[in-house]
Amino acid sequence: MTEAALRIEGLCKSFGSLVATDDLHLDIAPGEIHAIIGPNGAGKTTLIAQLSGELRSDRGRVSFAGRDITSMSMPARSALGLARSFQVTSIFQDFSALDNVALAVQAQAGHSFHFWRPAQKDPRLQDPAREALARIGLGDRGDVPAANLSHGEQRQLEIAMALATRPSLLLLDEPMAGMGRDESRHMVDLLQGLKGDHTIVLIEHDMDAVFALADRITVLVYGRAIATGAPAQIRADRAVRAAYLGTESSTDIGDA
Amino acid sequence: MDPLLLLEQAFNGLQFGVMLFLIAAGLTLVFGIMDLVNLAHGSLVMIGAYLATTLIAWTDSFIFGIALALPATFAVGVLVEVVALRTLYRRNHLDQVLATFGLILFFNEVVRIIWGAQSIYSGLPDYLSGQVEIIPGAPYPVFRLVIIAVGLIVAALIYTIVAHTRLGMLIRAGASNNEMVGALGINIKSLFTFVFALGAVFAGLAGMMLGPLTSVEPGIGEPLLILAFVVIIIGGIGSIRGAFIAAILIGMADTVGRVFLPVLLRIFVSDAAADTAGPALASMLIYILMAAILVVRPRGLFPARTG
Amino acid sequence: MNRQQIWISLITLTLFAVVPPLTVLFDQPFYLDMFARIMILAIAAVSLDLILGHGGMVSFGHAVYMGIGAYAVGILSYYGIDNGFIQFPLAMLASALIGLIFGAMSLRTSGVYFIMITLAFAQMLFFLAISLEEFGGDDGMSAARSEFAGLIDMYDGVQFYYLIFACLALVLYLLHRLVLSRFGMVIRASRSNEKRMHAIGYPTYRYKLAAFTIAGTICGLAGALFANLNEFVSPDVMHWTHSGEIMVMVIMGGIGTLIGPVLGASAFLLLEEYLPEWMEMVMTNGGEHWAIVMGPILIAIVLFGRGGIHALFASRGKIGVKQND
Repeated sequence: MTEAALRIEGLCKSFGSLVATDDLHLDIAPGEIHAIIGPNGAGKTTLIAQLSGELRSDRGRVSFAGRDITSMSMPARSALGLARSFQVTSIFQDFSALDNVALAVQAQAGHSFHFWRPAQKDPRLQDPAREALARIGLGDRGDVPAANLSHGEQRQLEIAMALATRPSLLLLDEPMAGMGRDESRHMVDLLQGLKGDHTIVLIEHDMDAVFALADRITVLVYGRAIATGAPAQIRADRAVRAAYLGTESSTDIGDA
Repeated sequence: MDPLLLLEQAFNGLQFGVMLFLIAAGLTLVFGIMDLVNLAHGSLVMIGAYLATTLIAWTDSFIFGIALALPATFAVGVLVEVVALRTLYRRNHLDQVLATFGLILFFNEVVRIIWGAQSIYSGLPDYLSGQVEIIPGAPYPVFRLVIIAVGLIVAALIYTIVAHTRLGMLIRAGASNNEMVGALGINIKSLFTFVFALGAVFAGLAGMMLGPLTSVEPGIGEPLLILAFVVIIIGGIGSIRGAFIAAILIGMADTVGRVFLPVLLRIFVSDAAADTAGPALASMLIYILMAAILVVRPRGLFPARTG
Repeated sequence: MNRQQIWISLITLTLFAVVPPLTVLFDQPFYLDMFARIMILAIAAVSLDLILGHGGMVSFGHAVYMGIGAYAVGILSYYGIDNGFIQFPLAMLASALIGLIFGAMSLRTSGVYFIMITLAFAQMLFFLAISLEEFGGDDGMSAARSEFAGLIDMYDGVQFYYLIFACLALVLYLLHRLVLSRFGMVIRASRSNEKRMHAIGYPTYRYKLAAFTIAGTICGLAGALFANLNEFVSPDVMHWTHSGEIMVMVIMGGIGTLIGPVLGASAFLLLEEYLPEWMEMVMTNGGEHWAIVMGPILIAIVLFGRGGIHALFASRGKIGVKQND
């Protein structure tokens, strides 16, 4: 068996008496889209924060491409090729869309102790940034201040920034959050297009999207993984239905 | 080293410490609850000192003068909060710093116009101006003991209010969630005004007790304000307990350091070098202490807020 | 930085450039001294704008670097070293070093802790200066003007003026380049959204520290010039109200615009000069109490004057002035 892209072993995190991540074990295979679903408060965003290095884990180990990254900082993980998007849009509001992405390109282009040449006229930053914007469908919106983009466009920009760091693994925290039907469909196509080039860990509430995209799904309840498997397996799993899917209208799942 | 001198300096340190606590308490509450950086807090120390000096002279009684000066300072606090500071809560810290910096200029000038630019002195009544022997052979000024006692009583009072009363519950709730307090049917605006004015009274009280120790002049609160900042940085912003411990720590370190650091240095270097470096090092001691604590705990000893 | 800002910068610098011939023409040497002072404080304010406006670091102890630059000149002069080619680099080196040390500790914190810590560190050096009896303590010390091997005569008002002018113009140009460079993008983006910067792979601390140190170094240059202008150095230059005033200049002129703080320094010092005179006209002895008007002016600027003086001239193209703390 090939080495896991991301290996999570015995990961724990609690806030006071609240256990957010409870002895979690999980292997993410290279190239797969692995969705993590679960009811609100299941600890999904906490998990993303732990995996990206924003939160320090209480116990356990995270390895990325065979390398122990448990105690690495967020920038260091990013430099290794682990990118994330945020559940609440986190972009540079007062920069243009293009500059947002160019900053992400610049992050991977060595140190930034360059004080003289104007960054916004540097083709080594601008060209890849334009490319990433075009790939994500914002090719003609580069000069617009990020704050003036529509919500859906800002969500796309989130992904474009993550992509521009040339990651091998993407941690996507609810990329469809707050999107309309058309925008969601567009995002699903987009993520579909990334498949193969990137391993993706996807947190998402939109079950249509999850079942359309995921190769495997892990169901998280109170910080514990109660089931991991292919979408069909998860749909059939009784424990899952009882613990989680039962709370959603079951026709949603049938539709997928 | 003379143990009696050490004891006397420890008392001086304690007295300075409780004074700093009185100033820092209001500052840390206002910051913790209203998220307001108020540089003009030092002006309230000054206003308290001036009001007390005037009212003591007017009533010809130390006790009555102070008793009138306290509500007067409370009134000034209410006025300042309602007229000027209320609009600043929603502003960023930079705006707050600049606007309250403007307030300092304003208050110092108002004081100069009313009381003049010269220092004024307020004497002490006979029953407070003597000395008592704290232990045989160690006389100590009565008034400084009174300051220590008042400071400790007020500290206990503030702690009780914040930890055990309905007001304290509202204060703690207000710090984390304004809407919640609103939902309880409490007027959050009045609560803020009250808390601010309470902080003003504590600061004013510090000023009133400072008056007889030194002289009263425009801007007397400002050096103390910066020390109070050091106190709440070390203690952890928003934490009364932290402010108390840090205030005593700073009071002790500063007072004892000034006396004993030059003496200590003489052990290691020549007398001349110790006499030069001693005062210099002593004046930097508390800031070095602050830096050292922050290296270990960047959010102070008792971080009350995580946000 | 847009074309408008460049135009405003060029016009402002041109106005500064024509001051000396005008003072000669109208025989008003006093103004030469005054505008020299304005330009020196403008250098300090511009350096603060780098970290405050572009970097979002609300440093409340910036005057301390002026003090270090000034004391470096004063102390070297005290020991008989008047050579400006030694004094100025050492003054900037010392400011850089202190900036590096204070920045390294202050930047571990953020928000209001940062404001208070920078203030406290400045206060520490203020008291240190007071306790140094050898260098005049509270009273300060006199300092001879620097010697530049006969190239510039610092005692010639016009030559000294143009040296300061050249420093200001150079600082503006260098920082203009810096703000637009890769480094500048990192600094500005860190103000905008630091968490996002971490997530895309920037260890922001080292960049902020570098910016903090650069700002301190430039402010040290202003301090060295200041010591020359006054031929005197005292702890007052490091007083916390002086830090506050430099901050006011930045806000008054327009934060995050580089040229704005130059306008702010001009406005502040002109107000300081003329407000007492105007108040004297309104009431007897009113001049003494000019601060009673200055205070509310500051508050009004904070509450109503978004963008400062710069915004009066520039109708569009603001560089973000949002503060994140």
